[in-house]
Amino acid sequence: MRAKHVTLLVLAAIVIASPFFFPSNYYYRVGSLIFVNGLAVTGIVILTGYAGQISLGHAGFAGIGAYACALAPIHLGLHPGLAAILGAVVSGAIAWLIGRPVLRLKGYYLAVATLGLGILVSMILANEAWLTRGPDGIEVPDLGLNDALEAIGIDLSNPQFWYFFSGLVLVLGAWVALNLHNSPTGRALRALHGSEIAARTVGIDVARLKLQAFVISAVYASLSGSLLALQNKFVTPDVAGFMHSIEMVTMAVLGGAASVLGAFFGAAILTTLPQVLTVFQEYEQIMLGLVMMLCMIFMRDGLLPSILRALRGRDK
Amino acid sequence: MKTLTAFATLAALGLTTAAQADIRIGATVSETGPAAFLGDPEAKTLKMMVEKLNAAGGINGEMIALTLYDDGGDPNKARTFATRLVEDDEVQAIIGGTTTGTTMSIVPVVEDAEIPFISLAGAIEIIDPVKEWVFKTPHTDRMACQKIFEDMKAQGITKIGMISGTGGFGASMREQCLEVVGDYGIEVLADESYGPTDADMTPQLTNIKNTAGIEAVLNADFGQGPSVVTRNYQQLAVGLPLYQSHGVASKGFIDLAGAEATEGVRLPGTALLVGDLLAGDDPQKPVVQAYIDEYQAAYGEAPSTFGGYAHDAFAILADALARAGSTDPEDIRDAIEQTSGLAGTTGVVTMTPEDHLGFDLSAFQMLEIQNGNWTLVQ
Repeated sequence: MRAKHVTLLVLAAIVIASPFFFPSNYYYRVGSLIFVNGLAVTGIVILTGYAGQISLGHAGFAGIGAYACALAPIHLGLHPGLAAILGAVVSGAIAWLIGRPVLRLKGYYLAVATLGLGILVSMILANEAWLTRGPDGIEVPDLGLNDALEAIGIDLSNPQFWYFFSGLVLVLGAWVALNLHNSPTGRALRALHGSEIAARTVGIDVARLKLQAFVISAVYASLSGSLLALQNKFVTPDVAGFMHSIEMVTMAVLGGAASVLGAFFGAAILTTLPQVLTVFQEYEQIMLGLVMMLCMIFMRDGLLPSILRALRGRDK
Repeated sequence: MKTLTAFATLAALGLTTAAQADIRIGATVSETGPAAFLGDPEAKTLKMMVEKLNAAGGINGEMIALTLYDDGGDPNKARTFATRLVEDDEVQAIIGGTTTGTTMSIVPVVEDAEIPFISLAGAIEIIDPVKEWVFKTPHTDRMACQKIFEDMKAQGITKIGMISGTGGFGASMREQCLEVVGDYGIEVLADESYGPTDADMTPQLTNIKNTAGIEAVLNADFGQGPSVVTRNYQQLAVGLPLYQSHGVASKGFIDLAGAEATEGVRLPGTALLVGDLLAGDDPQKPVVQAYIDEYQAAYGEAPSTFGGYAHDAFAILADALARAGSTDPEDIRDAIEQTSGLAGTTGVVTMTPEDHLGFDLSAFQMLEIQNGNWTLVQ
């Protein structure tokens, strides 16, 4: 069996089997948050893990996806589901516009450009109150899918529905990312990650590939923002905040930015940790910082790949 | 395997809080994060009041367990904690939502689970339109605007300049003020804004100063912004009456802006600030005094208006629990809605099915700062 199928099976097994251990609906809520974050982080894997580019403003795309679900139904009369797709298209287009000039350059320009973009989006969401209703946030209409399921006899509570729905989207997202990994594009991306000059000499269009990775990862972030807004039924500009961008990158790096499964575990750990550590709430940031630092020092490839390597080493 | 079991036990311990008391109340407030100066006194107040009530024998002989979470002002976290309170801690009522954003994210959860919820946030949209399970204790920002405009009208002021923060509080209040200002025959000639962390508002105030015909200035914001505005206002010698919002109604504002700059500043505030100035037969006077004394004794500092909101929320809930004589969320909700004549720090609360706030403009006191102290404007 190929690594791709293992990853997908593990993810699907987690989504399906975990509920057997859930004592209450609250665990479904945490689970669905993990999947939503996992989806955004899968996008980061494509951008950072495959193509070796860093974005510090991915929450900006999450913000676009989230606010699309709030605004498009009001102003354009779109169904919230279509609004999420519109958000993804807009995010992809913005990523393309920004990425096209910036990704022709070598170095850290994308990080700086996206940093600016993220802050810009969150400022627009907070300040253009006539459109977004400002920093206090705005309601998001119901997706209606849960009601539709109920009509055909599948009765799920809201947290349960969002758990399985986000889980499904995550598995689909992982499937796309893994297919990309094994495609010629994916191999070319990893080649340019290894050495941009070498990749260029063998005829890889470096700028175009990086742009592709950036646009795809923006769409992932946008969809995760939409999922979050739809399940919360309410969204504030915090979703596009700088800390959210950092969180995404941290999750990817912690779990292992080069592997979809690793990134998922990063998302799972950083989403669950604050829930387990409510007693130490005041020290949460310190704990996160510490986990991050230890990880960087001792497990530079991220948690999952490092652990797997250690296990494999013992087998020999 | 042993370590795995140990981990599982640890996780189980961390994820489930054993709430074996008779009455379980949940709260999620912003003890840390950008709204900490609101959430911190709220959390302290709730802890103090639960302790006191339990020491006095609880409600109808039943002890109260408070499960308190800190959402850090993040609406997403607030929603997760609300879900946790409802589903995992199985509370019978929730207090919280320090900011409008966190409150509005909690609302769908409590409506879904049918658990009564008393919010500590200001915006009018929390209770208008009325939501079956949602109540709140602070004045709405619209009421603050109306109180200020009422006072302006009494002074014969008809043309004003506004300067507002772009944060949640300022943006929402600005919008509400612009909506009701026409009712008082007052015109807004200048409408300036500043970011929540700006350190100098001289340019905006200069614009206002240079606008001909302005007779007074209204600053809609809370936090550090109003202190800066007030100081700049004095430095520029604008010389017109300055009105602040209820958001700055704490001693900290006078300390930050200085007694000299705050001289003559007017704002709507709660009875909590002027406890000793209230008339002897005022029903709020004993409540306010008791709260100030207890808070002072417990934490060594004066309580703020925001702690007062939590005080009132808990008082309303305790009163409802005592009357309901049941811990069924539906009975508690009905009892909250029947709250009548309950004196709190913010006002005398009488809820109805159409009014989940329970008091009107008269609950606000118009205050003026003189020599670094609050005085009542008659």
